[in-house]
Amino acid sequence: MTIIVDYGLGNLASVENMVRKAGGDCTISSSPEEVASASRLILPGVGHFAKGMEQLRQRGLQEALDQAVLRDGKPILGICLGMQLMARSSEEGHATGLGWFKADVVRFVQERMAGAKVPHMGWSEVTVKKDHPVLPMDGLEERFYFVHAYHMVCEEPSDVLALCEHGYPFVCAVARRNIVGVQFHPEKSHRFGMALMERFIQWQPA
Amino acid sequence: MKRVRVIPVLGIDQGRLVKTVRFGEPRYIGDPLMAIRIFNDKEVDELLITDIRASKAGRGPDHELLRRMAGECFMPIGYAGGIRSVDDAKRVFDLGIEKVGVCSAFLDRPALVTELAASYGSQSVMVSIDVDKPLFGGLRVVGRSGSRSAKRGPVQVAREAADAGAGEILLHAIYREGTFKGYDLELVAEVAAAVQVPVVALGGARDLNDLAAAIGAGASAVAASSMFVYKRNDVRSILINYPSPGAVDQAFRERSGRAAV
Repeated sequence: MTIIVDYGLGNLASVENMVRKAGGDCTISSSPEEVASASRLILPGVGHFAKGMEQLRQRGLQEALDQAVLRDGKPILGICLGMQLMARSSEEGHATGLGWFKADVVRFVQERMAGAKVPHMGWSEVTVKKDHPVLPMDGLEERFYFVHAYHMVCEEPSDVLALCEHGYPFVCAVARRNIVGVQFHPEKSHRFGMALMERFIQWQPA
Repeated sequence: MKRVRVIPVLGIDQGRLVKTVRFGEPRYIGDPLMAIRIFNDKEVDELLITDIRASKAGRGPDHELLRRMAGECFMPIGYAGGIRSVDDAKRVFDLGIEKVGVCSAFLDRPALVTELAASYGSQSVMVSIDVDKPLFGGLRVVGRSGSRSAKRGPVQVAREAADAGAGEILLHAIYREGTFKGYDLELVAEVAAAVQVPVVALGGARDLNDLAAAIGAGASAVAASSMFVYKRNDVRSILINYPSPGAVDQAFRERSGRAAV
């Protein structure tokens, strides 16, 4: 059973729709007990970083997530803000994050945008940097829907799963051990997102 | 590679899919759920659902219909119509819709956009600017389905919207709506140059060349309604249609090729 973590922000209904369509069994939950004992987790999110962390902490979900993900090694997929929350910090609200990745979240740098507008909104192709069961390096077109004004900057190159370009190249997917985070919205990305979701719900990290 | 978004706009009115010309009397087109299934199969980039008379009639969003529409598709969906408060927007977001558009409510109370951006991020908030062309004087922004004038021009309202925290501006030339005369490229260029946020052009598109022209004029994305519900722009014949990504890419390439000459 996949638990979609409800911390008051984000598009839960569409994630739930997509998981079911991909053949997965899922529930939306804000209960720390259910999150801590989930076999698989999705951390969605649309919204403000500092607000998101505040909500996770207030609801006792940060500890529950740490337990399930760091201690018990349960597979987790972070989507959009859910991916960003896995970083150490963000410029959005100057808050600290879950700190699962040696990475920080910054706003798109206006001087480097080369005419591209912020937020980055729309469909972009992504370049997979390392082969992964959730996002394999199979040379097929991978096109996803993005909506964001901030992006992650990784300190560890080995954490980078995929890059995308908007004004300049940025990290659009990260992966380490049982954790995957994607900046784009698989739940809004037609068959490309559906395929990613199918791979995630079948993924058994070593 | 970044792709240009091509966004069909679906007008709804009391549970029906409708189409208007210059904000006139709505014409019944069909079942919105059927339309959204077809658009989903065609893998459209994004959809925008507008309840065309909600604000004017003082109605809120039709939650049941939106829930069913959102449940049918795996693409980004925006909704506009009758959103007056953060709570109104929250209920829409909870249905699986990730972007809300405000028009009349922004003109009445710009702070609503700031509040929405603070709670959901600016990317979730679009300000729809309905532009009318009176017989005398310059272009004017209007609210409540065109029934009330904001007494300001589109560039000024666009700047106000961006300053208030809008993540995107839907620039709707209502004097072109349903006319197949092409976008008002001058208007698109002027507004796109005035703001940092993406501008989406709407009103008048006839074919792919018009879409490419709007992008050439500075729009970040293009939206159209009649073009995607009528067969070859013949209003006697309803056919939900959407160009293939290949056809769109080609139109944009040809356009930029010509521009380079």
